[in-house]
Amino acid sequence: MKYQSQKVALAYFLVAMGLFGIQVLGGLLAGWIYVSPNTLSTVLPFNIIRMIHTNALIVWLLLGFFGAAYYLVPEESEREIWSVKLAYLQLAILVIGTLGAVGSYLVGIHGGREFLEQPLWVKFGILVAAVIFLVNISLTVLAGRKTAITNVLLTGLWLLALLWIFSFINPDNLSLDKMYWWFIVHLWVEGTWELVMAAILAFLMLKLTGVDREVIEKWLYVIVATALFSGILGTGHHFYWIGLPSYWQWTGSIFSAFEVVPFFGMMSFAFIMVWKGRRNHPNKAALLWALGSATVAFFGAGVWGFLHTFHGVNFYTHGTQITAAHGHLSFYGAYVAMNLAIITYAMPQLRQRAPYNQVMNMISFWLMTGGMAFMTFVLTFAGTIQTHMQRVVGQNYMDVQDQLVLFYLMRFGAGIAVVLGALLFIYSQLVVRRELIAPASSGPVAEDAA
Amino acid sequence: MAEILTKSRARNIFYGGSLFFVVVFIGLTINSHRYVVNVSTAGMPLTPAVALGKHVWERHSCINCHTLHGEGAYFAPELGNVMTRWGVLDDPQTAYEVLDGWMAAQPSGIEGRRQMPHFTITDEEMRGLAEFLRWADQTDTQGWPPTDAG
Repeated sequence: MKYQSQKVALAYFLVAMGLFGIQVLGGLLAGWIYVSPNTLSTVLPFNIIRMIHTNALIVWLLLGFFGAAYYLVPEESEREIWSVKLAYLQLAILVIGTLGAVGSYLVGIHGGREFLEQPLWVKFGILVAAVIFLVNISLTVLAGRKTAITNVLLTGLWLLALLWIFSFINPDNLSLDKMYWWFIVHLWVEGTWELVMAAILAFLMLKLTGVDREVIEKWLYVIVATALFSGILGTGHHFYWIGLPSYWQWTGSIFSAFEVVPFFGMMSFAFIMVWKGRRNHPNKAALLWALGSATVAFFGAGVWGFLHTFHGVNFYTHGTQITAAHGHLSFYGAYVAMNLAIITYAMPQLRQRAPYNQVMNMISFWLMTGGMAFMTFVLTFAGTIQTHMQRVVGQNYMDVQDQLVLFYLMRFGAGIAVVLGALLFIYSQLVVRRELIAPASSGPVAEDAA
Repeated sequence: MAEILTKSRARNIFYGGSLFFVVVFIGLTINSHRYVVNVSTAGMPLTPAVALGKHVWERHSCINCHTLHGEGAYFAPELGNVMTRWGVLDDPQTAYEVLDGWMAAQPSGIEGRRQMPHFTITDEEMRGLAEFLRWADQTDTQGWPPTDAG
């Protein structure tokens, strides 16, 4: 840690990991209800549990991004954060808002737009926190060295916050509501968040591989260009069946088919940089997460997205377990794993210690990644059957669901692996004891890298 | 390649290209907004009852179990065409009665069956909800869903 104010990131990462725990436990419970539907049905219905599962995910990913920005911007800009106090104030607002939202959900107070269920005051809180963040980070960047990494990171975060405005716009016309809703949901995860992800990945590659900055930054610009060129009009793949014009069918199909390109780019980038780089960084777990994230994102967001993005296919698969399979693997690969990568990288330095417990962290990677992959496969099979029985044969929804129990049981098993992995990850970050396996000689290179 | 695609060129392509796509996207959005209002949802007026129904739908977070036009959670049946499935799309009174009867019977309590919670909804709100679901059902969704099963 070169700058004192980077320490802010530690608080963000701790809250993020806490919410991560809540998110996966909520997911496990929801998965169990698919197997045993009477569980808690009158006390805590499925819709509330799912709300907590998805909201906790979104908030902790954002907290991770904020933390990542507070960690890497000082190093990139070569100066302290403009105001440490504001950074903590921002976190306090977000924590209060999150607790308020969860409390509201538990007593049945919530909005009804998926993922945007937060009460209005919480939405305003998020907006205020976002503005504080942007001002704080922008002033830091403007006063210091400007790099491609901070440029892309800031572009992503500014646009992300700007799009949040649409959370306040809810037309009575359902089709308009849906169209503007996607301005947040799609343009976040298939647009602005990709910029943030790519910037974090570039930073990690810079630190972990020691490849020349010029090379890394050129890659970064190319990757984010392909992300926005495909992703903006790719929004059309959500506009096929919600009452919008038919031209979205070919616009959405063509452009969203290219959404696989930035993810392929990130995967290739990560592996080529590691291959080219000569630095032997001691934090092997961070490297594993970075490479793993880029790879799983390619499969989850890229390949699984491509699978049902053409309108001719999507006509049959839209809103089935195929969507659920894609949603789970893409969020895990692209955003969960990238957050865990930067946390894994930053934690030893934030806590001023060597990267301990690497083995435990790596086991958690394989547990979570294996679990998510298996979950994705079984949901894809379930979705294929559902698509055929319900969308082609025309059997009733519940009759079809009753035939999918075996898949839901396997999904629950996969969920247990993910939860164990997540808890192990948190444990490996928080409870420092001793090195499990003696590190290979890291030498002076490691010193330089840290 | 290194000479042709320099970092500053890559940066300019990124900013310039993105701006271009944003402008195209905004244009198509304006066109789509008009299309929704004037064409695809014009089959039935958006009455205060429909708007009320949408608020009822949102207050109870139906979307976190059901899908509507294929979007939402995948735990419970599609409702964008539920009025067609029930055969009451053109009959507001029966639509209300069937919906009211269905909601009153929840939760079923049947062991091993997914449970829909009980919702306390006034008569006026229930009529609104039925109107909202009828309104959604008449939206031109380009022929989706492929079968009445939703």
